[in-house]
Amino acid sequence: MNIAKPNSYRSGPDDRGHFGIFGGRFVAETLMPLILDLEKAYTEAKADPAFQAEMNGYLKNYVGRPSPLYFAERLTEHLGGAMIYLKREELNHTGSHKVNNVLGQIMLARRMGKKRIIAETGAGQHGVATATLCARFGLECIVYMGAVDVERQQPNVIRMEMLGATVMPVQSGTRTLKDAMNEALRDWVTNVHDTFYCIGTVAGPHPYPTLVRDFQSIIGNETKAQMQEIEGRLPDSLVACIGGGSNAMGLFHPFLDDPTVEIFGVEAAGHGLTQLHAASIAGGRPGVLHGNRTYLLMDADGQIQDAHSISAGLDYPGIGPEHSWLHEVGRVNYLSATDDEALAAFQLLSKLEGIIPALEPAHAIAKVLELAPKRPKDHLMVVNLSGRGDKDVPQVGDILRGKSK
Amino acid sequence: MTTRIDTRFAELAKQGRSAFVTFLMAGDPDPATSLEIIKALPKSGADVIEIGMPFTDPMADGPSIQAAGLRALKAGMTLKKTLELVRGFRKDDNATPIVLMGYYNPIYIYGVDKFLVDAKSAGVDGLIVVDLPPEEDDELCLPAMKAGLNFIRLATPTTDDKRLPAVLANTSGFVYYVSITGITGAATADSSAVSEAVARIKRHTKLPVCVGFGIRTPETARAIASHANGAVVGTALVDALKNSLDAEGRATGKTVNAVAELTAALAQGVRGAQQAAE
Repeated sequence: MNIAKPNSYRSGPDDRGHFGIFGGRFVAETLMPLILDLEKAYTEAKADPAFQAEMNGYLKNYVGRPSPLYFAERLTEHLGGAMIYLKREELNHTGSHKVNNVLGQIMLARRMGKKRIIAETGAGQHGVATATLCARFGLECIVYMGAVDVERQQPNVIRMEMLGATVMPVQSGTRTLKDAMNEALRDWVTNVHDTFYCIGTVAGPHPYPTLVRDFQSIIGNETKAQMQEIEGRLPDSLVACIGGGSNAMGLFHPFLDDPTVEIFGVEAAGHGLTQLHAASIAGGRPGVLHGNRTYLLMDADGQIQDAHSISAGLDYPGIGPEHSWLHEVGRVNYLSATDDEALAAFQLLSKLEGIIPALEPAHAIAKVLELAPKRPKDHLMVVNLSGRGDKDVPQVGDILRGKSK
Repeated sequence: MTTRIDTRFAELAKQGRSAFVTFLMAGDPDPATSLEIIKALPKSGADVIEIGMPFTDPMADGPSIQAAGLRALKAGMTLKKTLELVRGFRKDDNATPIVLMGYYNPIYIYGVDKFLVDAKSAGVDGLIVVDLPPEEDDELCLPAMKAGLNFIRLATPTTDDKRLPAVLANTSGFVYYVSITGITGAATADSSAVSEAVARIKRHTKLPVCVGFGIRTPETARAIASHANGAVVGTALVDALKNSLDAEGRATGKTVNAVAELTAALAQGVRGAQQAAE
């Protein structure tokens, strides 16, 4: 890519929400005034020490932060190369990194006086986190979820319902995450006067990609401090899976201006990049969907194509706009892992470390299996273990017993 | 620059009546039937024709128009074929304004400059692109104005007086007032609230104001048209089209007439309205 290198990789977006050509505010006029209000509310909250203090209190005592940075000794031995550290986001309350962002947005919603919260969810992790915090703060919660995902992520559907949320199965389009997002946007346009849309990833119209990134950056900030304490230096590489890319952005962003740190994002290659997959950077090109310009999977006419991944959380035909920009400026290397590679990694980590990962970070582990052996033994590699696999146990169990594919 | 839209609204003002604006999806249920339907609209009383550009992910549309887009895409519709449809219509009609309505991505992928040249030469007069607010005017609105096409903006119940000037700044042709907060076809417009909103918009602009999203019947069309310069009906026409299809979603001998008859009934409703005082 022939694009000028910026002085800092951390200064974006500009005041119109652009990261290079990516990002922006491509929404219906009905939503525009609210999006401007949100931007204003977020700018004020960010500068308010009371907001930060309250959030830090919940992060510590409700979410259970900081999450450990754990040396995966047996995985490291098995691979015979880099020392592998797992950032244990799966130990957070609700079982994934999603809660970091939801806490921030729910506190913003309260600040803005909104009583009705809507969210979209793929794997259900963002839905569960949203349902959890709505229960905690006594807010109405409606979660849109593709009907296909409702089917394959039943444990999370049940959890959301137990937490008092209404789960709305979405029957339109491909009945997965992108359609859940369409339906959430339709709800928002209809109920804009009292509703806050809690977006689960670093995508959507500005300021969402920025505010979600900021709320998730606690992952990278903690990692930096923890690695300093354990090894006395920066890690040498970072690896994270990417659907929309919020766990990856949270880990990566604090390290973007540390040039010695190699950074790898792992997209879902599904059945393989020449077949059905969900790798928008590897197999897509820039387009406009869901409020932002970013890499998308689409046909020659600009119609959005179906994504496929074994993991519902990565099954999305786009990616956050800042990732598209980091790809174009060459700061982050975007790789991809297939369904089969992720399944193998899922089993390996379970057996070697006693940690059952979610299928989403199993994609990151799958690439660690390739990257780590090629690195020296003093190389420090951090993998974001963004969620735990409890929700995937029924699905993976069926696959391993040959019941479904 | 004067487009067919400007000319048409000037004529209607002289006649002292409001415009009846129809919306149907290009290529629904198939490209050939779609052309027949659109050709039948002016005879049935449509003053301005909006044609939807099909898109897989129409975030401001309700189930009827979503399904219409998917029917069209399944029948092989593309943006290029939508422009061919307009070209086909223009062979017999050089007066009725045509407005293309849809979402930005297919236009962005077609290439903005090429699209504007091809749309103008096909006989398109204006564009409504739902996901391009004034904050993104550089993308398509300003180039469209330069290319001689009207860029028609949506104003909504959430567009307050503070924001209206920004929304109206680069709008031309007419202003499309979305009468409900919500998606197409979801609720019924309340004519007294609409009357107030149209009056508010008119304090900021001399452009005609048309009202849509929530008009299904000749009665509502009449009520709305008496407060505005035009009434837009989409979902009801799309539903009439759909109800005429066979079990496999294919056109039948009744399809063109089903749309034409409802168009005529709605047009009569609009023509029965007292034109709003200017």
